[in-house]
Amino acid sequence: MNAPANSFVRNALIEPQAAPRNTVGITGWMRQNLFSSPLNGVMTVLILAFIVWMVTPFIRFTLVNAVWEGADRSACATATGACWAYVKAYLPQFVYGRYPAAERWRVDIVFLLLVVGLVPMLIPRVPYKRLNALFLIGVFPIVAFILLTGGHVRLAGNLIPSSLMAPSPLRFAVQYAIIAALIIGGLALFAKLAERPVKGSGTTASIILGYIAVVLFLVSLDFGLVPVETANWGGLLVTLVVAITGMVAALPLGILLALGRRSNMPVVKLASTIFIEVWRGVPLITVLFMASVMLPLFLPDGVTFDKLLRALIGVALFQAAYMAETIRGGLQAIPRGQYEGAMALGLGYWQMMRQIVLPQALRISIPGIVGSFISLFKDTTLVIIIGLYDFLGQIQASANDAKWASPVTGLTGYIFAAMVFWAFCFAMSRYAAFTERRLDRGRR
Amino acid sequence: MASLLNNPTVRGIAFQIVFVLVLGWLVWDIIDNTARNLQKANIAAGYGFLDRTAGFGIIQRMIDYTEASSYGRALLVGLLNTLVVAGLGIVFATILGFIVGVARLSSNWLISRTATAFVEILRNIPLLLQLFFWYFVVLRNLPGMRERMTLIHGIDLNIGGLHVPRLVPGEGLWLVAAAIPAAIAATAFVTNWGHERQDRTGDRPPIGTINLALIIGLPVVAFFIAGRPLGVDFPVFNETGPLLRRGFQAGTGLTIIPEFIGLLLALSLYTATYIAEVVRSGIQAVSKGQTEAAHSLGLRAGPTLRLVVLPQAMRIIIPPLTNQYLNLTKNSSLAVAIAYPDLVAVGGTVLNQTGQAVEIVSIWMLFYLGLSVLTSAVMGYFNKRAALIER
Repeated sequence: MNAPANSFVRNALIEPQAAPRNTVGITGWMRQNLFSSPLNGVMTVLILAFIVWMVTPFIRFTLVNAVWEGADRSACATATGACWAYVKAYLPQFVYGRYPAAERWRVDIVFLLLVVGLVPMLIPRVPYKRLNALFLIGVFPIVAFILLTGGHVRLAGNLIPSSLMAPSPLRFAVQYAIIAALIIGGLALFAKLAERPVKGSGTTASIILGYIAVVLFLVSLDFGLVPVETANWGGLLVTLVVAITGMVAALPLGILLALGRRSNMPVVKLASTIFIEVWRGVPLITVLFMASVMLPLFLPDGVTFDKLLRALIGVALFQAAYMAETIRGGLQAIPRGQYEGAMALGLGYWQMMRQIVLPQALRISIPGIVGSFISLFKDTTLVIIIGLYDFLGQIQASANDAKWASPVTGLTGYIFAAMVFWAFCFAMSRYAAFTERRLDRGRR
Repeated sequence: MASLLNNPTVRGIAFQIVFVLVLGWLVWDIIDNTARNLQKANIAAGYGFLDRTAGFGIIQRMIDYTEASSYGRALLVGLLNTLVVAGLGIVFATILGFIVGVARLSSNWLISRTATAFVEILRNIPLLLQLFFWYFVVLRNLPGMRERMTLIHGIDLNIGGLHVPRLVPGEGLWLVAAAIPAAIAATAFVTNWGHERQDRTGDRPPIGTINLALIIGLPVVAFFIAGRPLGVDFPVFNETGPLLRRGFQAGTGLTIIPEFIGLLLALSLYTATYIAEVVRSGIQAVSKGQTEAAHSLGLRAGPTLRLVVLPQAMRIIIPPLTNQYLNLTKNSSLAVAIAYPDLVAVGGTVLNQTGQAVEIVSIWMLFYLGLSVLTSAVMGYFNKRAALIER
């Protein structure tokens, strides 16, 4: 086993050597990620040149040459950069539209309540989700409606002939009580005939009817707020009202449509499918046109909706169809065993859906729902076409205002609008990605 | 009685009857109200108004149209305009979308980040805002009618639009036109032969090159055989002379209106970001083992993508891609915001003049619904061909 005398046997480890210089550090990274082949190197240089060519004028326009201060168009008349002074001067209009200045605190409160309700809802760790959702869906819309419009809706009722009872809030209340009693009575009759208790349905119906009564009572109260017509609303307020109302109204309708499309009853299934496919098949603009020119034709004499409400109805129905497809995807992802398990426990259809299927399906649909909300948020800009002034519409209109008209006003306005929309949409898409990752982790 | 009420079948039928009754009552009420309202406004229902004279001009028309033409003709012009802008938009969006989608997965850090920035910026800004930017900011600030900005010789840009040479068909063009389907038929034959040969001998003939040569060569040969039956009409630009005569001479060359360019740019760029995402997720869904196996067989990155990854990714890509095509077509209705005369814009004008709201909206809906049904059918066919055949 003796080694020959002239052999060399190392008996100590070699000192660790530094990695070759061109594989570590910034050079190594660049070699690997930017110049891995001649073609890649050329592409890198070309793209770099392209970025410089694009970004330099943009920075020059928005920052270097920008005008930050000024009282009217003379400040920007000869500017070669963005006219931020104009944005500053018009900011209140961009947010509130023509909402009376003295009443803008009401809008501020609504925005504040929205943030207070929404932020804890979006953070998964914050408790009391159920109460929070109740606030957002049940309380917030009523408060927002009263604050924004001024409340004091005049309810008169139209079913009981005027000869019996003069049109008044009282007549409306009597009518409402009669209808409510009929519904509860009908349920009781059904329980009697079917020989089974319908306590659950009875309670649900009572709660819903009671809630509607409270809502109607509240909106008809006179809180002493100055009424503000929706024609004066504008800017970010309209954008948020359209997007959020559309969403809140579309969600329950979408759930019903999704359930209808998966129903075993052929008539319900057919009707839901046709509804969904028709709305999804046509562009939102035609829906808005329809809402603004055809909806008035559908209504009986004497009933008129204002422009904003018509747009809201169109947007809500349109959005409901998309929502239905998102939720249907969630429903389809629920394993059959969940349905079978629920049925084996003896749950009825609505019990099964409410207790077992929908909570799971809605949870998986969250990323899709947020994505759908992002498209809706971007699509609210289309209300310009039927003459409503949303955030973009307000900016578009103000750019032509003689007081600030200059060659750079329009572009400045668009850049500002783009930044605001981008910030909203990007934040929401990050949130959707976050919930998606969270769901993935939960299921693994 | 109780057992009957608790029977699921009976309850299902009863519920459906009630459902139909309520729905029917609602529909009847709407129709009744509409009829009454129309009568009050003195508008005759029906499509008779389509034959009446329109009396308004349209700035872009594929077919003959004058102010004396009928409303029906005007709507047809609008419909063709929608198809042209949507068709071209789909082509550009697909090309750009595939490039960006593949670029997002590039190993080159700068390329992938640039592609990501492109997607994240453009898809989070409303399409209408982008459209306004292209139309009101970019295209409205081009040189005026009496000036021009030359892109390449013969292709100029000014506020009147893009001025390009027009191709004038001559006699015998049918020969060239006939050569194109003939070439396509020949490529099918060549492809078939190539595959057979590959199966038999393992030798892979250069099908792609042969096909390309056929598709380009055959029409070109036909073109020369027919005696070059295609003239080129260059736009004439008068730089001197009386001020009003300067600029591009009317009737020469082909002018592409700025509304069309703006809409096309906005639609293609916006939809390309969505297509890029579809392509990226489709490629990522192909198992990494496929790429590694291709590499170990000695394929380079390019052929790996082209021959191994993309064909498999196409199965996943096609259904959402179809959706994006439909979205683009529907979004082309934003044309109305910049007065590009598409179906919705022309329909809106007709609606304002005649008040035939129900009829116009029904035409819109029929067109878009028909298009989406047709597209789903065609794409369903391709999807079936691309789908994995499982034993």
